Amino acid sequence: MANNIDTQVKYTAKDFTSNQDVRWCPGCGDYSILAQVQRSFPEIGKKKEEIVFISGIGCSSRFPYYMDTYGFHSIHGRAAAIASGLKIARPELSVWVATGDGDLMSIGGNHFIHTCRKNMDLKILMFNNRIYGLTKGQYSPTSEKGKITKSTPYGSVDYPFNPLSLALGAEASFVARTFDREPKHLQEMVKRAAEHKGTAFIEIYQNCNIFNDGAFSILTEKETKADNVLILEHGKPMVYGKENDKGIKLDGFTPVVIDLKDGKNSVNDCLVHDEKDPDPIRAFILAHMTDHAGMPTPIGVVRQIFKETYNEGVERQIKHITEKKGEGTIEKLLFTENTWEVN
Amino acid sequence: MAQETEKEILGLSDVTIRFAGDSGDGMQLTGSQFSDTTALMGNDLGTLPDYPAEIRAPAGTLYGVSGFQLHFSSSDVHTPGDTPDVLVAMNPAALKINLKDLKEGGMLIANSDSFDAKNLKMAGYSTNPLEDDSLSRYKLFSIPITSLTSLALKDSGLGIKEITRCKNFFTLGITYWLFNRPLEPTLAWIETKFAKNKAIADANTTVLKAGYYFGENTELFTTRYTVEPAQLPKGIYRNISGNEAIALGFVTASKKSGLPLFLGSYPITPASDILHYLSGFKNYGVKTFQAEDEIAGIASAIGASYGGALAITTTSGPGMALKTEAMGLAVMTELPLVIINIQRGGPSTGLPTKTEQADLFQAIYGRNGESPIPVLATATPSDCFNMSLEAARIAIKYMTPVILLSDGYIANGSEPWKLPHENEIPEIPVHFWTDKENFAPYKRDENLSRPWVKPGTPDLEHRIGGLEKAHITGNVSYDPDNHDFMVRMRANKIKNIENDIPDLEVKYEQEGDLLVLGWGGTYGAITEAIIKVRAQGKKVSQAHLKYLFPFSKNTREVLKRFKKILIPEINLGQLTTVIRSEFLVAPISFTKIKGLPFKSSEIQNKILEVLGGSNGK
Repeated sequence: MANNIDTQVKYTAKDFTSNQDVRWCPGCGDYSILAQVQRSFPEIGKKKEEIVFISGIGCSSRFPYYMDTYGFHSIHGRAAAIASGLKIARPELSVWVATGDGDLMSIGGNHFIHTCRKNMDLKILMFNNRIYGLTKGQYSPTSEKGKITKSTPYGSVDYPFNPLSLALGAEASFVARTFDREPKHLQEMVKRAAEHKGTAFIEIYQNCNIFNDGAFSILTEKETKADNVLILEHGKPMVYGKENDKGIKLDGFTPVVIDLKDGKNSVNDCLVHDEKDPDPIRAFILAHMTDHAGMPTPIGVVRQIFKETYNEGVERQIKHITEKKGEGTIEKLLFTENTWEVN
Repeated sequence: MAQETEKEILGLSDVTIRFAGDSGDGMQLTGSQFSDTTALMGNDLGTLPDYPAEIRAPAGTLYGVSGFQLHFSSSDVHTPGDTPDVLVAMNPAALKINLKDLKEGGMLIANSDSFDAKNLKMAGYSTNPLEDDSLSRYKLFSIPITSLTSLALKDSGLGIKEITRCKNFFTLGITYWLFNRPLEPTLAWIETKFAKNKAIADANTTVLKAGYYFGENTELFTTRYTVEPAQLPKGIYRNISGNEAIALGFVTASKKSGLPLFLGSYPITPASDILHYLSGFKNYGVKTFQAEDEIAGIASAIGASYGGALAITTTSGPGMALKTEAMGLAVMTELPLVIINIQRGGPSTGLPTKTEQADLFQAIYGRNGESPIPVLATATPSDCFNMSLEAARIAIKYMTPVILLSDGYIANGSEPWKLPHENEIPEIPVHFWTDKENFAPYKRDENLSRPWVKPGTPDLEHRIGGLEKAHITGNVSYDPDNHDFMVRMRANKIKNIENDIPDLEVKYEQEGDLLVLGWGGTYGAITEAIIKVRAQGKKVSQAHLKYLFPFSKNTREVLKRFKKILIPEINLGQLTTVIRSEFLVAPISFTKIKGLPFKSSEIQNKILEVLGGSNGK
C-alpha cells in the first residue's frame, strides 16, 4: 500500500484502522467518534506516519490503540504535557490528544489550561460523557450538580466546568463542540481542527450507555434535536428549530430566543455568528448559552483566532539566535572567554 | 589619606575567606567575583555559597544572613575549607552567625557603619562588639565601608539607595588588594553586566577601585598576602559550578549523539540554574520548556524522547516526588530520559537552599511496582560534566530513564576545571530503527534494549503505553506469565548495565583495616580527611561510588577486602542501608544532617576514632 500523499495515492478510512480489537462497551459513543476520525483523516493532507495520537487514562484514552498511526497511551491527565514535548521536539508532526472529561478537566486540568495559554499546536479531542466510565461510574468535573453516582449517593454538591468557557478563558485559539451522534458534523470539526495552527479544542458530547445513558438524548433524538441544537456557521444568522422558526438575538449581553414566525422578528434580527471575532465576549455568550432556561445548545466552531503558536515561536527564536551567534560547537561551548592556561 | 607606605607582602599557601552579610548585601556576587578572579590567577579553589531561602529577608536579621565561603590554594583543594582565616561581616547579624567559625587569630573585616543601635539589637548584641574588646582574639579591621562608598560616589549623581548598594564592590576591592588580586576581570565583568546602565557600571567601577586604593593607602593594613598559583596539570581551565557543568555536559552529549537536546523543567531551588543556562543555548539547537508544573516537566521530556530527542528533566527532591509516576511510564515504555535531582534538605519543602543527600532511597526505590532505574551520582562540580555524558550514554544505549543525583553543595560550589577537547570526548552512538521487515516494538537487542522508532518513520506506525506490554509485540497484555517475564526482563536489562560501567576504584592500599566509602558531594571532605590522616602515618583507603544502581561489578569484592567500612553521608545512613542489604556487610555509618557539607576535620576525627590508634604503626 502506498502511503505517500505526494504520489496522489489517497488514504481511506481503512488505512487508519489498526489491527487491534476495539474493546469499548457495545453501544458506546466512542465507536462513532473513532469512525468519524478515521473517515476524516484521509482528507487532512498528512501522511499516516506523521500523525501521532497521545492519550491519558480512561475509556477515551484507549483511542490510540485503534488508530493505525503512531500512538502513545500514557498516564492519567498527562497527555497534553507529553504531546507538548513531542510537538516541541518534532514540530512537523500532527499531534492529537484523545482524552475525556475526567482526564482533561480534572487530573489534567492544569496541563489543559497551560496548553491553551501557550497556544501549543495540538488538536485536543475531549470525549465528554459527564461521568467516570473506566473506574465504573463516579461523577466527573462536567457532571451536573446534584448528580447521583456511586461516589455521590446523595447527589454531588459541586458545580461542573463549562469546557468551552474554560478553553476560551485559557485563550485556546480554536474552540468547537460537536456530538458523537452527528457524524458529518463531527467529521467537519475534526477537519477544521486539523487545519488550525495552534491549540484546537473540540468538546465531543459522547454517550456512555453504561453509566450515564441518555445524558445528551434531548440533543440527539429525532423528536427533540432540532428544537434544542443550534448549529453555528460562520457568517450566518443563528437560526434553528424544526422549521427554522427560531432565532437567537442579543438583549444586551443576554441571548434570547425569538420566534421568526410571529411577524415581529425576522432573520435580520438574529445574531450573526462570527467565529473569527477577536473579542471573545460573544464566544463566551455562546459557551454559556445553556445557562439560560429554554436556550438551545450551540455546536460548531465557537471561536477561531490566529496567533503565533508556541512551536512557531520556539523555531523562530532558534533560527534568529543561530543566525546571530552562529551554530554552536563543543569547542565554542567549553572554551569561553573565562579560561586560563596552565603551562 | 595616608602617605603610600611600603607594605609587606606575605606568601601563604592556603586561604579560606568567608563573605557574610544581609541577603541584600550582594555577598554571593562578591564571593563569585573573588572566585572567578582567583581561578584566573591559577589557584586551585573550592567554594560554598550558603544563603537563606528568602530573596530579601528583612535587613539586619539573623535569618537573613547570606554567606559565601571560598578556599584557595597553591596546592590541591578538595573542599571550601573547614574554618575561615578571614571573615568579612557586613553587619552585626553576619558577625553573630559566622564568628564561631572564624579561626582563632583570624582576620575579621567589619563594616562599622552598620553596627548601629538598631542592627546591634536585632543581632542580639547589648554592646557593640567592635568596641568592647570581645573580639580581641581576632585581627579586627573595623572599616566604615558604607560611608567610604558614599564618599567615593558623592559626585555620581546617584541616589542614596543606589550608592549604598555598591558597597559590596568596596569590600571586594579591599579583599582584592589584601590578597593581591587584579581588578581587571571584575572590571570587565561590570562592563558587560551593566552594559545597559552606564551610571551603575561607572559607580561600581569607581567603588571597586576605591576599595582597592583604600587597602593600599590605609594604615590599618600593614601586610598584604599572596597565594601562588597551584601546580595544576597542563591545559586550559575555567572555573565551573556543578549546575553549569551539567548544562554543558548535556549540550555536549547532544552534539556527541547527534540528538537535539530537550529540557522539560519547572523552576525549583537549587536546580533552576540548569534551566537558566540551557535556555541560553538556542544556537546549539537546545529546546527548553518551562512547564506548568513538575509533572509536565518530565511528561514533556517523555514526549520529546518519544519523538527522538535527547530528553532531560531537572528538579530537586519535592519535584522528584511529583515526577515519580511519569518515571514509571518511562520505565514501561522503555524510552531514554535523564532525570536530574539536585538534592536539598527535606522532607517536604525542607531547606531549599541547603544541601543534603537524603534522596538516595527515593532514587533507587521510590516508585510503584518493580520499576528499576539506573542511579548515578556526581562527586564534584566538574565531575557533573562527565556524569551527565555518562547518564545520557546509558539512557540511550539501554533505552531507559536514568536518575542523576547531584546536590546543592556541588550545584552551587565551583572549582577549576581542565577543559576537555572535543576529540577527547567519546561519541554516543544512537540507532533509530527504520527497517520495516524485522520490526516489533518490544523486540530486544543484545543489550535487551527495544528499538527506538521516531514517529514519522514510514510503515512502522505502532502504539506504546503504560499498560503491561507483551514480549516482542508490545501489545497490551494481562497474561500472568508475560507479566512475570517482563518484570524480570526489565530488571535484568538494568542489572546488566553493571557490565558496562567502570570498576569501583580503591585509592591507596587495596586491602586493609579501613575503607572510607562515599558517594556524591562528600568526595572533597573525605579526600582531604584521608590525606591528613595518612600524613600522620595511618593507613586508610578511599573509594567513591558514582554508580549506585546497579553498583559496579567489583563492589562486593572490594568491600570484602577491608575489615571495616566507614560511610559518611548527609542523611541518616541511606547508602549504609543499601550496602548492608546488597552485600551483607556491616558498614559504620557516620552522618550529619545540618544542611551543610561535612568539614574534613569531622571525617578526619571519625576515621581516627574508628582506627582506634593501633593502625599504621
